[in-house]
Amino acid sequence: MAFLFGRRKSANSAKERLQLVLIHDRTDLSPVELESLKDDLIQTISRHIDIDPMAVTIRVAQDGRSQRLVADIPLRSVGRRRGHETGRAAG
Amino acid sequence: MVAKVVTIVSGKGGVGKTTTAANIAVALASRGLKVTCVDGDIGLRNLDVVLGLENRIVYDLVDVTEGRCRLRQAMIRDKRLPELYLIPAAQTRDKTAVSPSDMVRLCDELRQEVDWIIIDSPAGIERGFKNAIAAADRVLVMTNPEVSAVRDADRVIGLLDAEEKGPAALIINRLDPAMVKRGDMLSVADVIDLLAIELIGIIPEDENVIVATNKGQPLALDGKSKAGLAFQNIARRLMGEQVPFMDLDSQNLFQRLLGRK
Repeated sequence: MAFLFGRRKSANSAKERLQLVLIHDRTDLSPVELESLKDDLIQTISRHIDIDPMAVTIRVAQDGRSQRLVADIPLRSVGRRRGHETGRAAG
Repeated sequence: MVAKVVTIVSGKGGVGKTTTAANIAVALASRGLKVTCVDGDIGLRNLDVVLGLENRIVYDLVDVTEGRCRLRQAMIRDKRLPELYLIPAAQTRDKTAVSPSDMVRLCDELRQEVDWIIIDSPAGIERGFKNAIAAADRVLVMTNPEVSAVRDADRVIGLLDAEEKGPAALIINRLDPAMVKRGDMLSVADVIDLLAIELIGIIPEDENVIVATNKGQPLALDGKSKAGLAFQNIARRLMGEQVPFMDLDSQNLFQRLLGRK
């Protein structure tokens, strides 16, 4: 696709790279630490409710100069799980 | 008189703090206000050469804080603008020769004498920076539209918030409108978006800045160059005037009319 629009603008790279760097500078949270936080979160929540670990996303969102941690954790629906069980029972 | 204390900081070195401090001081003084600039960069003094006052130094900032002279004796009066003074930094000492409380005491005494005190901070975020912001009523953060300068500015803005010296205002220096246009330089909007603070000045890239520094005659003395006008505008905004930001695209429009890309 890139060739259709010519050379990628270097200012865009600068902005995107800075956006990520500033989030980590401001929160003192490295991408590795964020990933380990995500794993802990999945473990803890899984003890209480059935979630899809592969679908969990976690990121730091910007609101002016303040940051918030945003996690999206899709739940597995109870109905579908029952369906699976019924299926297995029938098989 | 109760002066306002304005400190210019940046984190990263070489973004134009000293030039800007000198020119804002000149611009304020040219409007008839009594201004003292203070060089906070002890050991690496430069505000004196940018202002063209290097041959007139007798006493310096450390002489005042250590009691070897009175405040008045360390204030070098500019001959072009009789209401402009400089308190130079000591050249043979280091940042630890002055403490933040020394700076507060010095500025408290100065406040009674002048309308504005402009402090030029050294680069970095250590002692010299802490000294420079200790007495500030207002802090101006300088950056260039470059990755490293913007990152350091962000760090400094965070530290200012932590020290309750915020909200700071931003000056973007050395903006090249042609490079922004072709997508090879962060735009003013990009930088504001990233740093999320109020903008108080945009200074375009201008060869006249180096010419003026060569001669020791700050640009804001005449105000005819683009950068000189930008410094004048910052001074007016500090005084509370609403001054629209310059249209930096006009030159490009001219070039387009000439058929140049």
